[in-house]
This record gives sequence, structure tokens and C-alpha cells, in this order.
Amino acid sequence: MTTPMAGEVSFEDRMATTEFRVAPGAHIVVDGDACRGCTTRECVTACPAGLFVPIADGGILFNYEQCFECGTCYMVCNTSGAITWRYPEGGAGVVYRQT
Amino acid sequence: MTTDFEVVVVGAGPAGSTAAMQLGRAGRRVCLLERGPAPGSKNLFGGVVYPRVLDELIPSWREEAPFERWITRRATMLLTDTQALSVDFRTTAWGAAPYNGATALRPAFDAWLAGRAVEAGAVLLTSTTAVGLLRDSTGRVAGVTTDRPDGDLPASVVVACDGVNSFLAKEAGCAAPSDPANYTLGVKEILALPADEIERRFGLCAGEGADFEILGGTGGVAGGGFLYTNRETISVGLVLSLPSLTASGRRPEELLAGFKAHPAIAPLLAGADLVEYGAHLIPEAGVSMMPKLAADAFVVAGDAAAMCLASGLWLEGVNFAISSGAAAAAAVTGALSGGDTSGRRLEAAYRKELKAGFVLADLERLKLAPHLVLSDRVQNRYPQFVCDIVEEIFTVSNPTPKPRLRSLVLSQARRAGLRWRELARDAWTSWRMLG
Repeated sequence: MTTPMAGEVSFEDRMATTEFRVAPGAHIVVDGDACRGCTTRECVTACPAGLFVPIADGGILFNYEQCFECGTCYMVCNTSGAITWRYPEGGAGVVYRQT
Repeated sequence: MTTDFEVVVVGAGPAGSTAAMQLGRAGRRVCLLERGPAPGSKNLFGGVVYPRVLDELIPSWREEAPFERWITRRATMLLTDTQALSVDFRTTAWGAAPYNGATALRPAFDAWLAGRAVEAGAVLLTSTTAVGLLRDSTGRVAGVTTDRPDGDLPASVVVACDGVNSFLAKEAGCAAPSDPANYTLGVKEILALPADEIERRFGLCAGEGADFEILGGTGGVAGGGFLYTNRETISVGLVLSLPSLTASGRRPEELLAGFKAHPAIAPLLAGADLVEYGAHLIPEAGVSMMPKLAADAFVVAGDAAAMCLASGLWLEGVNFAISSGAAAAAAVTGALSGGDTSGRRLEAAYRKELKAGFVLADLERLKLAPHLVLSDRVQNRYPQFVCDIVEEIFTVSNPTPKPRLRSLVLSQARRAGLRWRELARDAWTSWRMLG
């Protein structure tokens, strides 16, 4: 992530303000082969939780644990079938307290 | 799990809880499913509810609903990199009954509304995700499947209030796959400040609140900003067009940091600590993205049906969700009584209910607004044009005499690259919507 501006918290501290109850299984599935052919990588830019990280072999590393469950990743993805996204199992995932 | 339900309502947000409440009051056996551990735990909005829609549904809402502050100050701001122009309206009328808008926190508000549904007889099942539709042998919707063990929930009708991503509306054939051009991403910070400090900074009396809607300040990405005062927190955030965000290559939190650092915004937020961060999609495009509202034994309401008003001047969603949930419930109640839950019957009855209220009327009338608001002209060129004119008017550049307004407008229009034909067309479009 980018260096925070003056007065701003780091991205890790920002994400640590939100409660996530992590499910045992991932609700996001990424097809690594499809991602290797992708040059635009909309998910890397747009995911507000920064869950998608490009790696050296041209693929995408992702985690699902701190997902806001907004749906941005699968909507902006231009590579058909690369991101399969469903809601996490009941009770798991983001738990907003004040939003 | 009890499976003896006539109606399953999916999602205990404002649409779902209202639908379940009305169905319960009509004597229907109704189950209200919520995938979060409690209603509201998955929900995020800017911050203001316009609760007059509850006058008939819950007459005692003024005493009961967990609101933060009554909005008595509403400012619409235009920001450029270095300038800010506000239309700053205040009225004491909105601080007393019947009130107008109020800030709220969704976990509290949604839990309150779901509680009214339970009071009306609905069975609330939390921590339960509806993973698909049940179908009978003819392919007709016959309930939902959930992720609980033995989690099938058969029902005569399913009411999908499963939010902006609504997988159920897609599975039922009501909604097409999502087009990102129809959505904006909202990112929001909750910042803590003592109540009296909020009142001092925003010039408010105790219990009163401010609502700032902001055009510009989004780092060139199409969208807008907002700032709302809660009791002891401030909600600050951006709404960003998905295609524009991805084209920019900028990260949402980086754009938000830039917005918060704007000289007109930063003093309001100085020293306030971040207590929660979140994000949510908004169905931005109104009627142009609205799905089919019903299929056999199936209806859609709230964000799932794009019943959300993102028109620039008016930004409303919770009231649209509540009204559409009530309309869906009335349609389903009538269909069950009449023994005909076909999609045709449900859609006709639901539309009739919606047309009796504000949901379709407002969305139809403002259907051109989302496109206009996200255009390059409204996003970038008009704010710069207007701010530059105001700056010139109030800059005393003696010994040069004051410029004539006419020459000022013409020179600034040239500088901003405005075309009179576009300006006239946008003015006409706006007048047709508002006039």
C-alpha cells in the first residue's frame, strides 16, 4: 500500500479498526491462470480492503479474511471467470459496529 | 429448523425488515433471514435517514428509533484543489417535530427495525446466508436454501432484500449480471470527537446535526464526498464511480486521504481518531438498472431492486428501501390471499403499490440525474468554472477596476473549456427534472 499522508494511519491500522470474524473457508476464489493474462488488474486498484496483490510470476495473491463484502472485485474484473465471489457463510465476515 | 413459513424474506436491512413486519402484521408466517450475526452488521451507508416514511408504518418512531442527530444544517459544497464554494442552509424547523433527516448508525438502526418485525411475528434467523433458490418440479421458486445444516426453507413466496449484489435476483432471472458502470463504491471512515467539540466545529446546538454533500475533491475520479455528524463521531467518505476509479489507478483510501486533507475539510476533522473503516457498493443508476421486480413466487426490494436515489441534490436510500419493502409486502399479502403468486400478478400489484408512493415517481423523474452528476462537466469543469468566477468577483485587484460579470463569465467559460451548447443542454436537463 502507499505511504499514508500526514495524520493518516497506516493501511494495516486502518483495517484493524474493523471487526472481521474469519470463516474457515474462503468466499473468494481466484483463477490464477486467468489472472496471469490480465494486464489491467482492476481488482488490485479498486478493492477497498486491498485484498488483491500482484506477484512476480504475473499472478495475483489474494486473501479473503478482511473482506468488506462489497462486491467491487468481481464487478470490475474484466477477465471472465477469474474471480468467483459469494457471501461468506452465515455469521462470518465483516461485522460493522458503527457504520 | 422450523420450515412452516409462507414467506421467506432474505436480508434484515430496512427493506427486508419492513417487508417482514408488514407480512407479520397481515398474519402471514414469515421468516426473516440475516447473514450477519445481527441485523445491520453487514450494512454501511453515508449516514442520513429520512424517517417520515415511517409515519404510517411505525407512528411511534420519533420516540423509539435510535437516531444520532437531527439534521438542521445542510451544505452542498463545490471543491476544486484550492477552492470551496458552499450553499449552506440551516433551519430550526428540521430540529423539531415532524423533523426531516437524522444521522444514524446502521447496526443500531437496522437492529431496531428488525426488532419491530419480530414484534409483528416474524421469525428472525441471524448468521444464516441464503445460498440459492429452492425450485419445485416445475422450476418455480419454492423457497431458499441456506448454509445451515438441513437449511432448506420452503415458502410460498421469497422476498429478496439481499442488497446491492443480490445474487437471488440474478438467480431468479430478474437481474442481469452487474455492469460496473451502474455502481459506485462508497468508502467511509468513522472518526471520534466529543459531542461538544462536534457542535463547536459545525456550529450546532446540542443534538443537532450537519450534512455536507460535496462535489469535487475526489482526485479527478467521478463521484463525490460526504460528511455527517453523529453524536460522538463524524462520518466522512467518498462515493467513487467504479469505471472511473479503476481507470484512475488510484486506491480508494488514498483518494479519501486527499479529500480529508483539503483545506476546507481538514480543520473539521483535525485530531479525530479513526474508529472504524468500511466500504459498500451503491446502486447508482436508478431506473435504468432496475431489475424485473418479480418472478413467479419471488419479488425484489431495496438496493437489490436498485431502489436508491443518487441524484446529486438528493441522496436517499433507507427511505426507498423501507417504502419498497412495505410495497412488496402488500403485493405478496394480496397475492397469497388471492391464491395467485405468479410473477405477472406480483409485479403488477407491486408496481401499483410503488406508484402510490414516492419510490418510482422520484426515480422516474430523476432518471437522468446519475448520468449528469457523474459527467466530466458536472464533476470537473462546472465546479472549476463557478469557483473561479466567485474568486474573481471577490478578489480586489486594485488599481484595476472591478471586472464586468459578463466578461468574467465569458473568459472563465473559455478557460474551463465549456461549450454553451452543452451548458444549455445540462441546464435544460436539470430544469426538466426539477422544474
